[in-house]
Amino acid sequence: MTDVVHLWTYLASSPLFGLTATVTTYVLAHALHERLGRAPWSNPVMLSVIVLGSVLLATGTPYPVYFAGAQFVHVLLGPAVVALGWPLWQRRAELRRRALPLAVGALVGGGVASGVAVGAGWALGLPTPILLSLAPKSVTAPVAVGIAERLAGVPALAAAFTLLTGVVGASSAKYLLDAMGVRDWAVRGFALGTASHGIGAARALSVHPEAGAYAAVGLGLQVLFASFLIPLVAALFR
Amino acid sequence: MQALRGLAVLLLLQAAGEGITRALALPFPGPVVGLLLLLLALNLPLLRAPVAAAANLLLSHLSLLFVPVGVGVIVHLKVLSEYAGRLALVIAVSTWAGIAATAWVTQALMRRAQAAERGGASAPCRDVDEEGTP
Repeated sequence: MTDVVHLWTYLASSPLFGLTATVTTYVLAHALHERLGRAPWSNPVMLSVIVLGSVLLATGTPYPVYFAGAQFVHVLLGPAVVALGWPLWQRRAELRRRALPLAVGALVGGGVASGVAVGAGWALGLPTPILLSLAPKSVTAPVAVGIAERLAGVPALAAAFTLLTGVVGASSAKYLLDAMGVRDWAVRGFALGTASHGIGAARALSVHPEAGAYAAVGLGLQVLFASFLIPLVAALFR
Repeated sequence: MQALRGLAVLLLLQAAGEGITRALALPFPGPVVGLLLLLLALNLPLLRAPVAAAANLLLSHLSLLFVPVGVGVIVHLKVLSEYAGRLALVIAVSTWAGIAATAWVTQALMRRAQAAERGGASAPCRDVDEEGTP
């Protein structure tokens, strides 16, 4: 029995734990997602976060101990964002032709997402630091954290809001867009990338390559617009 | 090997992006600048096959890469549960509003541009719903 305890203590504290747990949980979550016919509500990121979070809380494992192993997956996010340039490059002529609709759509959509979040939060009486952390919630996490910092929000909360926004979009956009009668893959993907950044883009990529490419454009335009405009608009309200 | 070569290219471009954002104090993350650099770098035909292989590998499992950061939510459970109901409402409604607004504006502008194109030259018709049925 003590041997098992020793083994667990060793495993739980070594980087092998976080890495193994992340990859294994994701593989299982993805298999379940496939079994359910890739239903958006069975989003594999959401399932994995729920399972891994519960395991960490139940075993009393601190997040940094988990991240010591999970970081080996996390570092690949950087080159993966660079790689989003590939589907863009493949459609460069078409994207150049549609530059205006895309830029206007990104400005309006990003503005609405951020404005509704802050406005509704204010109406419901949420405290100011939380409102400031909600403002960049549709921007990919590393940028959202930077924006929240400059607004004097809470960077860590901004990261959590970003994740929740991504999961909400990825798991429900299909139903909303179907109800709106939006059938063009380009528009569907672009809306998902604009409002739900990388997690939305990951969903779009798994559904249709054209949707994925436009989601990458949406994500990129949000980064460019939001990092300039959100601090500017926030300054006007001060 | 092709994918590994591509990964080396992507990592080099990300590193270049990180260097540029730091040197110029830009408000963007390094990988996004790396993405812009990739669009320039792909003008070299030599890089295309390796980058395609690496990109397809990384992007086909993009969801996995968000899991480690996502689990970090557990650190903020206290604040999140304090305002749980209101936060859930605000995040869901604003995300749906953002998706709807983006889709509506982009679709309307694209259709107008397509109609203008068709008026001038013979543009290929790639929209599913040409007549705008509700």
